[in-house]
Amino acid sequence: MQTVTLIPGDGIGPEISAAVVKIFDAAKAPIRWEERNVTAIKGPGGRWTIPPDAKESMDLSKIGLKGPLKTPIAAGHPSMNLLLRKTFDLYANVRPCVSIEGYRTPYTDVDLVTIRENTEGEYSGIEHVIVDGVVQSIKLITENASRRIAEYAFEYARNNQRSSVTAVHKANIMRMSDGLFLRKCREVAENYKDVKFTEMYLDTVCLNVSVAGLGSDRLVLTAGLGSDHRVHGTAPDIAGMDLANPTALLLSAVMMLRHMGLHGHAARIQTACFDTIREKKVLTKDLGGSSKCSEFTAEICRRVQDLD
Amino acid sequence: MAAHSAVLSVSKIINPLWGRHLKGKTVKVFGTTLAIHRNKASHAGDNIPLPAKYGGRHTVTLIPGDGIGPELLSHVKEVFRYSCVPVDFEVVHVNSAMEAEDDINNAITAIRRNGVALKGNIETKHTMPPSVKSRNNLLRTSLDLYANVMHCQSLPGVQTRHKNIDILIVRENTEGEYSSLEHESASGVVECLKIITRTNSLRIAEYAFQLAREKGRRRVTAVHKANIMKLGDGLFLQCCREVASGYPDITFDSMIVDNTTMQLVSKPQQFDVMVMPNLYGNVVSNVCAGLVGGPGLVPGANYGRDYAVFETATRNTGKSIAGKNIANPTAMLLASCMMLDHLKLYDHATPIRNAVFTTMNETRLHTADLGGQGTTSEVVQSIMRVIQSKGQLTSEM
Repeated sequence: MQTVTLIPGDGIGPEISAAVVKIFDAAKAPIRWEERNVTAIKGPGGRWTIPPDAKESMDLSKIGLKGPLKTPIAAGHPSMNLLLRKTFDLYANVRPCVSIEGYRTPYTDVDLVTIRENTEGEYSGIEHVIVDGVVQSIKLITENASRRIAEYAFEYARNNQRSSVTAVHKANIMRMSDGLFLRKCREVAENYKDVKFTEMYLDTVCLNVSVAGLGSDRLVLTAGLGSDHRVHGTAPDIAGMDLANPTALLLSAVMMLRHMGLHGHAARIQTACFDTIREKKVLTKDLGGSSKCSEFTAEICRRVQDLD
Repeated sequence: MAAHSAVLSVSKIINPLWGRHLKGKTVKVFGTTLAIHRNKASHAGDNIPLPAKYGGRHTVTLIPGDGIGPELLSHVKEVFRYSCVPVDFEVVHVNSAMEAEDDINNAITAIRRNGVALKGNIETKHTMPPSVKSRNNLLRTSLDLYANVMHCQSLPGVQTRHKNIDILIVRENTEGEYSSLEHESASGVVECLKIITRTNSLRIAEYAFQLAREKGRRRVTAVHKANIMKLGDGLFLQCCREVASGYPDITFDSMIVDNTTMQLVSKPQQFDVMVMPNLYGNVVSNVCAGLVGGPGLVPGANYGRDYAVFETATRNTGKSIAGKNIANPTAMLLASCMMLDHLKLYDHATPIRNAVFTTMNETRLHTADLGGQGTTSEVVQSIMRVIQSKGQLTSEM
């Protein structure tokens, strides 16, 4: 039995987290969930922190599953997601983007993974008002963080049999900062001759993705401009109405199972999920169906139990 | 050239009267502050230089650039000559391999002189030291070309995944992440400054709303990341809202850049006019160009208060396809038509534009980037044939 810290989050967060817990239960996954809430607390000295019980839980379990967290624009405190990343030094944001069989989109055969540096870059959160009406935001790039994320990307590529790593940058404009990032990527690439390394401008990537969809590559992004953000939204307009699609959170939880070495459970839950989508009988509204979240969840639970 | 500019700048200090007459011609010495000084002097009521027109013919600066720039621009010259367009090009070459800024300063002076330019993209080589700034960026900031405008429209003759797209993108072109202000604060730690100012944010928002009103558009969407960059993008958003309140006939809303890119690739038809700071503009304009068919199709314009520079919207050098006669001439030709419109030569712009669209949509002669087999010259010949067939005055082929 392993403990995992569960942070349901805001908006549709609680309902999709509940769906995941139910499915894991049906699959008899050996997980004990420890539910914690995260809000911004102003500590002594004016520093913003997360609640101590949440931090304690994560420090012990070392693994967390989180739903979407909302950051109101004039909140006065930094983004909750940013706070979590800084607190636990979650330096690599990994997002596999794969076309799901049975759900048609304009882009077919997509199979790429974006790996995004998660602690610095444009999201450093350092801003100043120089004079009234002039604001400066600082984008920070360090040697250590760049090397670390490049190593993560190449290790991931090697461990998951991916053919190439592409560094995405804007070094023609941000000569020193993205230049440093690129140099570190090139240095790390020297130690991974079995993985192909290429570099591409951010604009070219955007252009190619919308024209053709990129093939089976891996991307390393500088922090700031991530790509597929299906997992982000709190979707307040459908919260509490049993309409949300728990797939994204479920597949993230499957990634978590693989990370924990529970490949059998991971495979069963993933198969159950993909089969449900492929059959097209029980689909949530965003996938073109008319079923409720609870019905979709129940269907996956049924399939998982059948696969046992 | 360097000595000449030193003399000019010194005399500007010791003899302010003489300096004022030359206000448009002084070469950049103090970097961005010179642009501010120039604006200040101009606000004091000095005359804005007239466009370079003599004997009914306009003079336009032409910067060939690198990669496919030179070949595409020579096709533009060919089409102009054929259609008897009263435009003479003053060609200024910019060598991207040179560290000194003489070339780009010559180009900037030429544009100040003529008021209008058509350019290819100048390559920024990574092998050069970081002190060598992007030439394209230098040009934009020196001439204060604050608005980059791009019109992304679905073309009936082009196969794309999405249809019925008609988006106007207005991108702030001089500050934001492109301020080129970087330093190594400690060993292995680099800071890059993103600057957002109230003045420029108000200015670009004003431009976007004016453009929307002029073109009869209903909605302006501001793209930002104010949940993370609360002060910077927060200021931008606030300025947009202030300007929006003066245009009650136009709906204003805002969207975070991550959601925007996602919406663009799933439901692009929802967008009308979009306004945003520099880097998001780069991302959004490239995504949109891809949605309507790629970099070979969309023209772009850079407008300042006194100058206008036209180019392809996605600013690619196209090094890998240079010299092979396969590049798509559409974007550059449409950019040259935008330039003719700017010079009020509508009677010359319209036939060329129509001929480009006819070749694209009816004849369906496409280059490789659109999945066709036509060469650049074949497409250009076809365009010229269409121009002739419509009964316009043309010179010999």
